[in-house]
Amino acid sequence: MPWILDGLADLHGALRADGYTVIGPTYRDGAIVLAELASADDLPYGWGVTLEPGGYRTRRREDDAAFAHSAGPQSWKPFLHPPRVKLWEGRRTEDGGFSIETEEETPPRYAFLGVRPCDLRAIGVLDHVMIGGAHPDEAYGARRTGAFIIAVNCTEPGETCFCASMGTGPRADTGYDLVLTELIGEGRFLAEVGTGAGAALLDRIPREEADEAVTEGALAEVAAAADRMGREMPEPEGLRDLLAGSLDAARWDDVASRCLTCGNCTMVCPTCFCTTVEDVTDLTGEHAERRQRWDSCFDLDFSHLPGGSVRTSGKSRYRQWLTHKLGTWHDQFGSSGCVGCGRCIVWCPVGIDLTEEVAALREEQEERRD
Amino acid sequence: MTAMTPTPYRVVTRHAETHDTVTLTLEPCDAAIAPVRPGQFTLLYAFGVGEAPISVSGTGPLLDQTVRDVGAVSHALTVAGPGQMIGVRGPLGVGWGIEETTGRDVVLAAGGIGLAPLRSALLYALEHRASYGDITLLVGARTPGDLLYAAEMADWRGRGVRVEVTVDRAHSGWDGQVGLITTLVSHLDAAPDAVAFVCGPEIMMRLTARELLARGIDDVRISLERNMRCGIGWCGHCQLGPWLLCRDGPVVPYRDAAPLLSVREL
Repeated sequence: MPWILDGLADLHGALRADGYTVIGPTYRDGAIVLAELASADDLPYGWGVTLEPGGYRTRRREDDAAFAHSAGPQSWKPFLHPPRVKLWEGRRTEDGGFSIETEEETPPRYAFLGVRPCDLRAIGVLDHVMIGGAHPDEAYGARRTGAFIIAVNCTEPGETCFCASMGTGPRADTGYDLVLTELIGEGRFLAEVGTGAGAALLDRIPREEADEAVTEGALAEVAAAADRMGREMPEPEGLRDLLAGSLDAARWDDVASRCLTCGNCTMVCPTCFCTTVEDVTDLTGEHAERRQRWDSCFDLDFSHLPGGSVRTSGKSRYRQWLTHKLGTWHDQFGSSGCVGCGRCIVWCPVGIDLTEEVAALREEQEERRD
Repeated sequence: MTAMTPTPYRVVTRHAETHDTVTLTLEPCDAAIAPVRPGQFTLLYAFGVGEAPISVSGTGPLLDQTVRDVGAVSHALTVAGPGQMIGVRGPLGVGWGIEETTGRDVVLAAGGIGLAPLRSALLYALEHRASYGDITLLVGARTPGDLLYAAEMADWRGRGVRVEVTVDRAHSGWDGQVGLITTLVSHLDAAPDAVAFVCGPEIMMRLTARELLARGIDDVRISLERNMRCGIGWCGHCQLGPWLLCRDGPVVPYRDAAPLLSVREL
């Protein structure tokens, strides 16, 4: 049964009372970032965003909506799959060998407040990569299992959003404990339950039953958002074959003439998971550490082999990224790696738009076929 | 203890194979890693220096691992003497699958250090000699001085392996063949249902596999090399098209790899 919440202070308070570190969107330094929310007042009320390829600006809205902004520079990835992790410490032993110690870290208990449907799917995609295989990353698993997820259906898609065409939004389907739909202009939220934990939390806070008309009205707003996406991924169901058949496309030279190989797209992407492993010592050589940190397929050393890097040209590195994200991700992990959040378009310093690149690859393929 | 924690092993023997390549035999300090199948690899850790993926070259509970000195980590491994502790993670990847190819002729074709992962398949076949048909080992090396396991080849021949060696450049005193390994393949005498395992530089594997296919041998498996940082499917570095080679390889069917290997910088 859907409920109506008058503001989010009680919800936030209940999460804090349960010991959760509540993470959600907040306004900082001219952007909507994800950070710990000390109270529900920290939400970015009245802020919207204007997005374009290579451009992001916050703007004041005429209402006080909390969730009327689309994806910001961060996703939830840094919380679940942190950019830097110490894996273990080693020290020399007296017999000339070494011993290795892994710290037993208490995983944080996060409550994610305000997870967009695109980002919710991204967490599912990341789960499959990080803990769905033969060697699950247990530290990720601990962070993930402990997380309480409050999704927010999207009523304000941005100019670079294309979740509707990727089938990931604007309405959240599964993977949340609670899902909210903001009744913009009213300061109230429709709340629906996804899990028993979500229901138990709702039971403890003041709420009203939502009548049918309010529920239908709110969800109609969400459905209507599908038609206001600023972008569309052309023929998403054929992407795997398109990319596999486009390895020698001329378009890669075109995009490479614009791409700076900076790797921003991989940093902001909510599913890009690649890491490197760094083994370091202190000056005495007696203590060593192994660290894992985010890496990018745009880095020249990413494909390093003793004879030289496999992918030296910018063309080959962009091709690797796009082909993996939209194509071979299906082979490796059973789904697309793209959820349609549009971050890679916004945070690309030269505004490369993957939906445009896909359209061009499609056109080239059709020309070759004719 | 996680999948990223090395298991301590100790060097039992260090045997110099060539001027830049040594074979280390490692024994566990305490617990051992799981049994290794021929063609699988481990990540060897030199304390404070780092890790490198190294194939396992033997079949026993002690690990024979042949390392060529090509970088900081492999250098630290090649100078490790008896008693030195080395960290081991593994076994990793899928192997040659020789356990499932009983009853058939076996062809092993190696270029340079590529003989290292093939030695485990060869030794496995010799330990189960009655289960296999003819066994042929074709080896290409730059010079006679670059040949790995040279002292063992007589023993392999004695146990019924047809061993053929060719070098790119000979010196005086070399009475063997000079030329490409593909020449050896063209004189091959193996049944069409033979299984062929190939490892070496990519260009050598492509040419060798093509020659094997031309000889009617369809089941050609190659072992590929890509950058590996984790070995367990986390880091994304070892991708080649649809594969994470640490997970789906390093051994893959040549027929699936051929279209990928023909694309530059894939």
